[in-house]
Amino acid sequence: MSLRDAFESGRFVVTSEVGPPKGTDVAEMLETAELLRGRVDALNVTDNQAAVMRLCTLAACVHLVNAGHEPVYQVTCRDRNRLAIQSDILGAASFGIANVLALTGDHVVVGDHPEAKAVFDLESVQLLEVIETLTKGTDFAGKELHGTPELYVGAVVTPDAVPVKPQLAKFEKKIEAGARYFQTQAVYDPESFKSFMELARHFDVKVLAGIVVLRSARMASFMNRNIPGITVPDALIAELEASEDPTRTGIEIAARFINDVRDVCDGVHIMAVGAEHLVPEVLEAAGLAQEVSA
Amino acid sequence: MIVVRQKPVEEICSMVARHRNVLLVGCNTCAAVALAGGEKEVDTLIELLKLTMRRKGETTEFSGCVLQRQCEPEFIEHLDDRVYDAILSLGCGAGVALLSESADKPVYPALDTLFIGASQGFASWRAECSACGKCVLGQTAGICPVTRCAKGILNGPCGGVNNGQCELGDRPCAWVEIYDRLETLERPEDFKEIIQPKDNSVKTTYNKLDLSGEGGAR
Ligand code: SF4
Ligand code: SF4
Repeated sequence: MSLRDAFESGRFVVTSEVGPPKGTDVAEMLETAELLRGRVDALNVTDNQAAVMRLCTLAACVHLVNAGHEPVYQVTCRDRNRLAIQSDILGAASFGIANVLALTGDHVVVGDHPEAKAVFDLESVQLLEVIETLTKGTDFAGKELHGTPELYVGAVVTPDAVPVKPQLAKFEKKIEAGARYFQTQAVYDPESFKSFMELARHFDVKVLAGIVVLRSARMASFMNRNIPGITVPDALIAELEASEDPTRTGIEIAARFINDVRDVCDGVHIMAVGAEHLVPEVLEAAGLAQEVSA
Repeated sequence: MIVVRQKPVEEICSMVARHRNVLLVGCNTCAAVALAGGEKEVDTLIELLKLTMRRKGETTEFSGCVLQRQCEPEFIEHLDDRVYDAILSLGCGAGVALLSESADKPVYPALDTLFIGASQGFASWRAECSACGKCVLGQTAGICPVTRCAKGILNGPCGGVNNGQCELGDRPCAWVEIYDRLETLERPEDFKEIIQPKDNSVKTTYNKLDLSGEGGAR
């Protein structure tokens, strides 16, 4: 079932992600995907995530499609201009890749080629407009396409950004520019997420709550200090600290969060960041394992 | 103004090392205001070069002068560089370029040209404009997103904004500043308008500007 159909069926959607390898060996990426087969509705494929050079997302998506998975092609604006981005998206669509997630992307200076030229010919809002144009049968310069891509287009939002007002105003711009669904940055406080969802519910878009499974109090504090837009509440850090099996506790925290918000949003996007084996456990703990594979 | 900064002395030395007699030429406009190309800086650099070269056992001679503006032909017309076999310019890139055009000897840059900026108080400047050729400041409350947002984003803050600071940690987030100022100006609705991707073709159109007569780019 396609991601769009999953959303439209009205059931609680689960997505996760895989990262392409640095190099040509895709075996491990495919193994990770295998671990998640039947448990998630779609797999995001990151695009030189954190500005670290890796095998190209498009090729990784093709590997996944060939293996019978439903990938979400993440497209950032950091490395390619509007010509390259459009031609890659057409290429992806020609391989049957139906989902695109539009991102601005991390700056090159945070990555492993900090001296590279950062492109940013477009940014997320404009990229969404460009994709919308393609799906209507013309390129961004107005020229007709020979074969129109059918794409289900997503974007991201950071509900806990500080300050949050400009972030939410941009969220609305992304909707206007053609985003049909959103996945959020990792969120941990159900109440604050619910207030974000009150705003989001004014719009005809699907929202996946972002989940990063905490594995230790240290990891939680690290994220609070170093990852903008993520706030792990002190109570959760204390819970992890007191735990004898922090990984287990992290899984329970994620499952609890999912159950707290499952009535207000359309699904969850679980970012495993190197611990994909935990995703099935989270789904099981949240009582979702059955539903998704059904 | 054009904001410039002196190159490391070692780099300058390696450029001029093969010459006998070098003329340092300052620029009394932007470069002087940027504390890098005025009379004082020319004198100081001469002393520094002499010292460094002597330590290396080189015998290169250095003298200096300051032009009012290196980027205008009438100011460099009267430069008397006959006895020198190289020029070291303490002007911006445009100054170096114009000097090179009229001189019959190599002209080297003593400065790196950094940005178009404005003063932030004593000896401090901030990049304000990247000469993109199609100004959007009217929609962004006078704060340039092309220049002051690290990614040149035109439609609002990225997810990296961190307590109002840019994710790179080296500046306030331009988009938080734009949003705040639009609110102060009671024009928050301006934020909602989607700014289209930049027309980068103007960068090729405006490789020159000639208003002098026919073919003038207006
Ligand atoms: S938008 Fe920015 S870079 Fe472009 S002309 Fe205006 S101030 Fe300069
Ligand atoms: S944090 Fe703000 S200034 Fe920095 S790249 Fe993002 S939008 Fe631009």
